[in-house]
Amino acid sequence: MLLTFYIASAIAVAATVMVITRHNLIHALLYLVVSFLAIAVVFYLLGATFMAALEVIIYAGAIVVLIIFVIMMLNLKAEAVDQERRWLDSKILIGPLILSVILLGELVYIITSSGTTGEGYKVVDAKAVGMSLYGPYVIGVELSGILLMAGIVGAYHLGRQKKKIVHRFLEKVEED
Amino acid sequence: MNNVPVEAGLLLAGILFMLGLISVLIRRNIIFMLISVEIMLNAAGLAFIVAGARWMQADGQVMFVFILTMAAAEVSVGLALILQIYHQLKTLDSDAANKMKG
Repeated sequence: MLLTFYIASAIAVAATVMVITRHNLIHALLYLVVSFLAIAVVFYLLGATFMAALEVIIYAGAIVVLIIFVIMMLNLKAEAVDQERRWLDSKILIGPLILSVILLGELVYIITSSGTTGEGYKVVDAKAVGMSLYGPYVIGVELSGILLMAGIVGAYHLGRQKKKIVHRFLEKVEED
Repeated sequence: MNNVPVEAGLLLAGILFMLGLISVLIRRNIIFMLISVEIMLNAAGLAFIVAGARWMQADGQVMFVFILTMAAAEVSVGLALILQIYHQLKTLDSDAANKMKG
């Protein structure tokens, strides 16, 4: 079982590396789906089975499909790939890479030197999550509902195409 | 089930978060930046799940549900903004949107 965890982790990291180095958006999204599925396997191994299902349904399903729909609406051609290749040259890449790897090294040092491995193991099932979600965290659920409502209204308002209607009074002013 | 070492889970979350951060820093395409933010949010959720499994409490999974909700709302609003930027500027370059009045 532990070997399964390490294999799934390796797949997740490798797929994410492929995501951040692709030039084609659709290829990057397909690798992103693989990464999400590997993380869902990790969730399952950690005992969070319902969260693994949510990861597959919402992340690998809904969010990726939403991004694919927007890419289809934008109607990107083959020159977008060349443009991305020009933007992603190795000179830009070096600085952020070095700084981020230093930060990751610090994080690895902090986590490995703290020594917090637990002994006991008990699966937290979906029933306990539901009891907690609608017990102490019910205000968070209501705030999530408000956030989703704001998201719907904001997406509708921002995504609307503006009609180019000039008022006839303004047209008359322009003619004069 | 087994007991996955909590350090390994947290290290996986840290590595994934750092990959998303690198991608945000090096990309100019605004859709790639949105995808990278999704990777970082997912890594944060993974850290919550690992911590919840370590302490055998449901709070980590509750927080993951909240992160999931927030990611869904964020990606819908972000994609609507990307559509508007593309219609107005005819490009996905994030540097092109540096003026307040475009």
